[in-house]
Amino acid sequence: MEILMSLLIGFLFAAAVYLMLSKSLIRVVLGTAVLSHAAHLLLLTMGGLGGTKPPVVADGVTVYDYADPLPQALILTAIVIAFAVTAFLLVVSYRAYQELGTDDMSLMKGNEDE
Amino acid sequence: MYLVLLIFLPLLAAVFIPFLFKRVGKIHTGWFVFAVPAALFIYYLTLISDVMNGGTFIEEFAWIPSLDIAISSYIDGLSLLFSLLITGIGSLVVLYSVFYLDKNREQLHNFYIYLLMFMTAMLGVVQSDHMISLYLFWELTSISSFLLIGYWYTRDRSRFGALKSMMITVFGGLMMLGGFILLYIMGGTYSIRELIPQAAELVNHDFFIWALVLILLGAFTKSAQFPFYIWLPDAMEAPTPVSAYLHSATMVKAGLYLVARFTPIFALDGTWVWLVAGIGLLTLFWGSFFAVKQTDLKGILAFSTVSQLGLIMSLLGVAAAAYHVEDAASTVFKYAAFAAIFHLINHATFKGSLFMIAGIVDHETGTRDIRKLGGLMSLMPISFTIAMIGAFSMAGLPLLNGFLSKEMFLTAMLSIAQFELFSMDVWGFLFPVLAWIASVFTFIYSFYFVFHTFAGKHKPELLPKKAHEAPIGMLISPAVLAVLVIVIFFIPNLVADWLIKPAVVAIQPFLYNSPAEVDVHVSAWHGFQPELFMTIGIFAVGGLLFWKLRKWQKAYKIFPEAFTLNRLYDGMMFLGDTGANRFSRMYMDGIMRNGFVYMFSAMSVLVIATVFLNDAFLVDFSQSAPIGFYEVTIILAMIIGTIVILVTSSRLTAIIALGAVGYSVAILFVMFRAPDLALTQLVIETVSVALFLLAFFHLPKVAKKMERPSFKLGNAIIAIAVGAMMTIVALSAHSQKIIPSISEYYKETVYTLGGGGNIVNVILVDYRGFDTLFEITVLGIAAIGIITMIKLRLKKKEAPHENK
Repeated sequence: MEILMSLLIGFLFAAAVYLMLSKSLIRVVLGTAVLSHAAHLLLLTMGGLGGTKPPVVADGVTVYDYADPLPQALILTAIVIAFAVTAFLLVVSYRAYQELGTDDMSLMKGNEDE
Repeated sequence: MYLVLLIFLPLLAAVFIPFLFKRVGKIHTGWFVFAVPAALFIYYLTLISDVMNGGTFIEEFAWIPSLDIAISSYIDGLSLLFSLLITGIGSLVVLYSVFYLDKNREQLHNFYIYLLMFMTAMLGVVQSDHMISLYLFWELTSISSFLLIGYWYTRDRSRFGALKSMMITVFGGLMMLGGFILLYIMGGTYSIRELIPQAAELVNHDFFIWALVLILLGAFTKSAQFPFYIWLPDAMEAPTPVSAYLHSATMVKAGLYLVARFTPIFALDGTWVWLVAGIGLLTLFWGSFFAVKQTDLKGILAFSTVSQLGLIMSLLGVAAAAYHVEDAASTVFKYAAFAAIFHLINHATFKGSLFMIAGIVDHETGTRDIRKLGGLMSLMPISFTIAMIGAFSMAGLPLLNGFLSKEMFLTAMLSIAQFELFSMDVWGFLFPVLAWIASVFTFIYSFYFVFHTFAGKHKPELLPKKAHEAPIGMLISPAVLAVLVIVIFFIPNLVADWLIKPAVVAIQPFLYNSPAEVDVHVSAWHGFQPELFMTIGIFAVGGLLFWKLRKWQKAYKIFPEAFTLNRLYDGMMFLGDTGANRFSRMYMDGIMRNGFVYMFSAMSVLVIATVFLNDAFLVDFSQSAPIGFYEVTIILAMIIGTIVILVTSSRLTAIIALGAVGYSVAILFVMFRAPDLALTQLVIETVSVALFLLAFFHLPKVAKKMERPSFKLGNAIIAIAVGAMMTIVALSAHSQKIIPSISEYYKETVYTLGGGGNIVNVILVDYRGFDTLFEITVLGIAAIGIITMIKLRLKKKEAPHENK
């Protein structure tokens, strides 16, 4: 299963990078969203996909049956942070549209004399 | 301790200069400054009697003891000689500047602060035994020289000359620092005195030749040797007292000092002898040859300085050859060191006076262009006399000190040619030949300088001012130097005992134990030796060529301007400035995509190469969980969703597809037994999609269609490389787990220590609560940022095209 997941993660990363290399700002933001999904899945996969029970204490379950809780905690933190960043990015792009009137990244260049 | 303090005395005095200049405006500030070098000069004179008997003084001030860095004052024959030159000529130059610079029109406080700063720097260079402090003072001479050359900073040429000298000398200084550090690595000490006894071992070290070349680069750039001499003619934009002081008598001799000081260490290697003697001779020839071309008085003197410095340098090279012969005490090589020091003193006297005369001529006629000058002999008789003495000494005419040192120079050059050393038998004949030709040109430019200025026809209509003799105060300094020029000729052996022999001991310490053992006797008459005939030849050919000078001087114009070293320097500066600018603009084009391209390609190449070079790639199935049917279905759904995002041209479709991918991730979380993750993912994906729609779909101004995403092969290759990199890393990492997980601890203690049942939640708020605290902070900051972005509207002052 981990090998299959690794291939999926590789595919998601490739798609995310391809999106981030395009000219349109929305595709770049979409790319970052896909990238964060890939990173979360990578975290989960690397923790190991074994374990038959969710990491919630229950009667009659030995500690070896639980799924690894630590990657889950890390991912939970990462999801929230990624959401915060994505939300901010979206508003920045929204404002960029308003002020610049374009979403073409190749037109958004700094000052000539910068 | 007080010897170290004396080095800093000029710098301390400089603190008071601005007050003296502003408050005591009636008296020329130079008079106060004059006391400093004069007092130091008198003090250093009192040390002569000790030093000539072989005594040395060493005092150290521990500056950074933990790094073994100290400021030291080591006075032996060599450093005392230089200290006397610096303070003695320094006093004369200050005296001269009192009359040269107008106290009402010039920024005198700047001038004297820079000058005193330079004096400290120079004293530090020659008295430092510690290499790091030597370097410190060395760079301070570069900086103060830069400030002095650019003294009239409103003139373009001044700024250009200052920058050029700064670039070249600082380049050399940095190289020299490298050499010093290599020496420290090899010898384990920064002290030059302690390095000298180790020379026999150091010479076999791998770094030795590097240290040698780097330190020579420092010496050659400072002493304006070929090909680094180009800064010196441009430094002539400085006020004339500065040219006389820095660019003839003291600073340009710092390189000579360095070569002399390090001779006992580096002379053991033949490369040193060849480089110092060869470059010196080349410089001698080159400088004298191009001096005749100049039309500016100070230009002539600049090239002549370059040439004379080359002469001294080549003599130091020959002196180093003494280390390679058996029974050196009975050969002529020991004369070379003596001759070098002797000529160094002589050059300081006559060149100083000549610069001052050039300044007087400039001051009293308003021009330094030799084509406009002429016939000043009767108008400025005293200046003419002094100029004649200086120039004749430079040319090597008898009854003047230049004659003595030039004779010794020719002796040294003749003897090295006969010596079978380092294939001298093949190339050695070049030494006397080049030396002779250079001497002929020296003769020509010396006469050219005097007679084209003072003899010939007076052309008052070309002169900006009406020419007349300079005030007597201005003539004192050059007159003193001119008197010295004559006096040294008559008492050379007294000067030798006092100054030269102690210095020679410092250059060739293995030959002598004390200055008294230096058995060199200067005599004006050798009998009929080959050098006498060479001298006669120089006078004859030089006189003839000077007589016909007007006829062949035009031949210099044949040399193409495009191939000069100045053009090379300008080209390099252009390349450094414009070229680097263009290069930066080439890759920093302001397009974010290109930045991503560099980043991603570098990252994937580096990681993939590292994995395979270290043989770290491994796929191991044994620890894997079994593949389930439902998981595979969800994975396929995710892949389809992602492909839709990639290919669709509709914003709405892309956003919905992104949502589908997000929900699939949530379902995967469910399948992999992560209920909290699934919950969060579902909620957040919903909010995210809503936000995406809000931002990009309901935006009125922007079209709902994206541009048709065309397939880009380059982007695809980079994307696939990054994807491959992640897969390879993930597979290899998962296949090679070494340490067991820490999670067992959490699972076992979640209830007993944490008092909870949900392990993930207990980790978040209990075991690793700090993560959560700052995650909340991130969310809060994002919220504030979003509100600010939307609410805050700073008014643009000029934006008529703003689309609201």
